[in-house]
Amino acid sequence: MPLIEAKHLSKSYGALRAVHDVSFSVDRGEVVGFLGPNGAGKSTTMKMLTGHLRADAGAALIAGLDVAEEAVRAKQHLGYSPEGAPAYGEMTVREFLRFAADLRGLAEPAASVRRTLALCRLEEVAAQGIDTLSKGYRMRVGFAQAVLHDPEVLILDEPTDGLDPNQKHEVRRILKEMAATKAVIVSTHILEEVGELCTRVIVIAKGEVRCDESREKFLARGADLNAVFRQLTA
Amino acid sequence: MTSPAPAAPGLKPFAAMLRREFAGYFRTPLAYVFLAVFNAFAVSLAFFVGGLYESGVASLDRFFLYHPWLWAFLAPAAGARLWAEERRQGTLELLLTWPITVWQAALGKFLAAWLFLACALLMTLPVAFTVGWLGDPDWGVIVSGYAGSLLCAGACLGVAAVASALTRSQVIAFVTGFLACFLLVLVGYGVFDELLAGLFGPAGIDEIRRLGLWRNLEPFTLGLLDVRPIAYFLSVAFAGLGLSTIIIERR
Repeated sequence: MPLIEAKHLSKSYGALRAVHDVSFSVDRGEVVGFLGPNGAGKSTTMKMLTGHLRADAGAALIAGLDVAEEAVRAKQHLGYSPEGAPAYGEMTVREFLRFAADLRGLAEPAASVRRTLALCRLEEVAAQGIDTLSKGYRMRVGFAQAVLHDPEVLILDEPTDGLDPNQKHEVRRILKEMAATKAVIVSTHILEEVGELCTRVIVIAKGEVRCDESREKFLARGADLNAVFRQLTA
Repeated sequence: MTSPAPAAPGLKPFAAMLRREFAGYFRTPLAYVFLAVFNAFAVSLAFFVGGLYESGVASLDRFFLYHPWLWAFLAPAAGARLWAEERRQGTLELLLTWPITVWQAALGKFLAAWLFLACALLMTLPVAFTVGWLGDPDWGVIVSGYAGSLLCAGACLGVAAVASALTRSQVIAFVTGFLACFLLVLVGYGVFDELLAGLFGPAGIDEIRRLGLWRNLEPFTLGLLDVRPIAYFLSVAFAGLGLSTIIIERR
């Protein structure tokens, strides 16, 4: 059973067709790079997969559970960091993660928070208000709440956006460490991330899947990935 | 290293929500400003406008007389952040992808806010003790007055919750919530009688007046525990809670 399944997902905002008949599935051990120009429907697809947006048509399954029908159970298997990594700014990092742990009803919330702070190298800012953190730390806090419960499914909307090269490297390192036991979708418009991080690539443009193939096949399309990208999304 | 299927979380998400929201009031100076303003107004209206001392009567009805006005103003102030702040910070998207139902989240938020208003109300207890020191009040009537005021606060909070669910701006949430509560205050004083007489006839006016906040609070301040005002306050509170939940679910 695939851990993530998108079945003919469609979504329109008024007259704008944001996502049209998108289907794919992701198995354990796969890291899917979700590529596409801005406004292509990446975030909308992710929002439908995570149960934040209701699809006009089609279904999204997390660990075999329909996110619309069995929302709470499905979401227990899911870690999600929305674009921009929103968090409760007035809380400290530790308070925020503890709240997320309690809300998820984790058996050992304090231990989960400690483990996650260490994993994401957040210990030194644990007692700081999230509002006072730099962008790099804030992105990591968003990432931390997504992996706090060690979920089987990880969906990250531009997790490396706005990070400096060292921080990007750090996020990729953590992702790679965890990838073997999880199904991961990472949206990005940084093409180099494909080679470093992903095992598979899905390119989406104008709300439709333009290509869905292994990293090797995608990289073989040409030496200039930017040109490949332009051609696929034209 | 993947965790086994998590156990059913039961009430834990709700309890976590309630705790966070209640503590949230005290994370910013807002709570202390609110408590100070509420107390200053509650006490000064009762003594300086209501003439509680000069009346020479050991009762709190002149104190509770102004509570609909106070709640109409301050419940929307406390309730403005309920959903507007989640929308503004983008955390609504996070919350709604965590394993909690919108109903649980909404109820947790609502009860936390109500509890906060209860704290504000409890801080006025010295007024009751003053009356008790000066005279010999009927404590049963005072307790029922406090219960009525708390229910009135819940009704205003229900209205505020709807206003907050509709916008990402706390200021807009506060202003619209206040205006809606203000209408509920004015209706009870017959301000719209002429207007409404044309629509509903003279018989309808009295029914509509019954929707006023003071009309429903007054029996409590006289020590009368009637089903009708209790049902009124609770229906407004829970209708507001339900409507705000539906708005968030359909966002």
